[in-house]
Amino acid sequence: MSAQTDPAELTGVPEQEPHGASAGRPRAGKRGGEGGVLNVFSHGVLVIWGLLVTMPLLWAVASSFKDDSEIFGSPWGLPSALHVDNWVRAWDKANMGQYFLNSLIVVGGSLIGTMLLGSMAAYVLARFDFPGNRFLYFLFVGGMGFPVILALVPLFFVMKNMTLLDTYHGLILVYIAYSLPFTVFFLCGFFRTLPTSVAEAALIDGASHTRTFFQVMLPMAKPGLISVGIFNFLGQWNQYLLPTVLNVGDPNKKMLTQGLVALAVSQGYKGDWSGLFAGLTIAMLPVLAAYIIFQRQVVAGLTAGALK
Amino acid sequence: MQHGKYRFIAGFMVVPLAIYAIFVISPFVQAIYYSFTDWTGLSPDMKMVGFGNYVRLFQDDVFWAAVGNSVTLLLLLPVVTLSLGLFFAFMLNVGGRRRKKAVIGGVRGSAAYKILYFFPQVLSVPIVALLFQFAYNPESGALNAFFKAIGLDGVQPDWLGDPQLALWCVMGAMVWANVGFYVVLFSAGMSSIPKDFYEAALLDGANRLNTFFRITLPLLWDTVQTGWIYMGILALDVSAFAFVQIMSVGPGGPDYATEVLPLYVYQKTFRDGQAGYATAIGVSLLIVTLIFSAIVMRLGRRERLEF
Repeated sequence: MSAQTDPAELTGVPEQEPHGASAGRPRAGKRGGEGGVLNVFSHGVLVIWGLLVTMPLLWAVASSFKDDSEIFGSPWGLPSALHVDNWVRAWDKANMGQYFLNSLIVVGGSLIGTMLLGSMAAYVLARFDFPGNRFLYFLFVGGMGFPVILALVPLFFVMKNMTLLDTYHGLILVYIAYSLPFTVFFLCGFFRTLPTSVAEAALIDGASHTRTFFQVMLPMAKPGLISVGIFNFLGQWNQYLLPTVLNVGDPNKKMLTQGLVALAVSQGYKGDWSGLFAGLTIAMLPVLAAYIIFQRQVVAGLTAGALK
Repeated sequence: MQHGKYRFIAGFMVVPLAIYAIFVISPFVQAIYYSFTDWTGLSPDMKMVGFGNYVRLFQDDVFWAAVGNSVTLLLLLPVVTLSLGLFFAFMLNVGGRRRKKAVIGGVRGSAAYKILYFFPQVLSVPIVALLFQFAYNPESGALNAFFKAIGLDGVQPDWLGDPQLALWCVMGAMVWANVGFYVVLFSAGMSSIPKDFYEAALLDGANRLNTFFRITLPLLWDTVQTGWIYMGILALDVSAFAFVQIMSVGPGGPDYATEVLPLYVYQKTFRDGQAGYATAIGVSLLIVTLIFSAIVMRLGRRERLEF
């Protein structure tokens, strides 16, 4: 990376033998000058990190097909036989199937709620002038920076008093509430960039504000909605802190993330390591598969979120 | 028209605002109030103790251990994660062999690298934390088995069980989980920097290290700063809690070596029944967060570069 540039190369003169300063460099340098050395170096470090990323995942998948003695005996070896029973055990006995369903229900509900309520609030805050507008905007946006853990203790008792603990709808409401700051912040910015003329035309044609919002503005905001939707989906699907505190009463109502940790704790004592790896893989593979399929949208959604 | 407008605004704002006020704002306000009481969290009775909880903080060794570990994470996690992210992104976008005409170029297959690196970002924290907990396991874990396989039988650290190593092990998992996101984010930023900037710099005799510090970094500064704050909040709050709670022995151990502020708040409330004291710890966490954001904003204040 710190290789020096040969000025002659910059002016378009074809590759030259590197001179003095580069004598100590690897062989590859002979061919491409600085670019060649850098190329080998780049690929070198990039491949190393690529291996660091993939090895643990492959190791977990391989372990999920082994039996316990193999996991301890040869952690890096391939499974001698495919122990699919690990998966069956994790799905049925360890309740991973139920947890998966719970996560689907709660995330489905809260995602719809977040998108609907978030876009409504953002639309009003972005495009209407009324007293208190800025105050409400900062009230919402301020929620992004505060440590959630601080609010959890009183939140537990707020939920308890409203008998919302350990219920799907209670968790859905809390997920929505904690997703609103970013959603409002992001969509406010997005609605502000949309042209006003279209909305005005709709109003002149006799559409109500509500109708204008649902039939004109929301369709126009689709790219922004998709971005923030992916962001929220991943955040809510991977949520761990909120259910850990608010969803502890009924063991069958656990979210997938919670269930996985509970499984790890209990299996750690029971020693069913293969079942545990199977559970981990069950939780991991669908998300990875979805990511590979929707890779473009996911990356665009998440990076748009951070860049704004 | 005016009448309709206000009815519309009220109709659209009331539900989101109510949910937000009940579940986010009111708990925050209550937390600050509770931090001045001796509330156990179990019964409704409590009495005001003024600054009693805060005075107690100063004599609490575990609290200071947690502050130390949280601040270590806060200082190191963003530096390591963002540096690696910048480094790999630069390699991907500028590290390639020079082709005809193009002054700089990405390495071949950079799109594939980006897809691969992003993998951990879509996995939930418990998955990553458990994965690493297994890998660190001294008897059956992948790491020690790897050391054995390459002949380093003598090197069999206890990883998460060793007070000297435990925090670094947790941090390793956090870095692993987050680097890919920044590679992709910074790549997006780098690819929008006009190529002629690099062309001009290289003509003037700058090497790639120079171009990185003189062109790439300044032009990406806004993004880096956003990432910095984001990683800082991660290091202090939700993510740190989940990683430490799942991975470390105790959790928080061994010997409070991995105790962090959010975990301590959680333990004091739900394990020890000292909700009032716990919220005081939470308020101190809030103060650390605010100081951190203020410093980053201040350091980051520099002229905005337009291009």
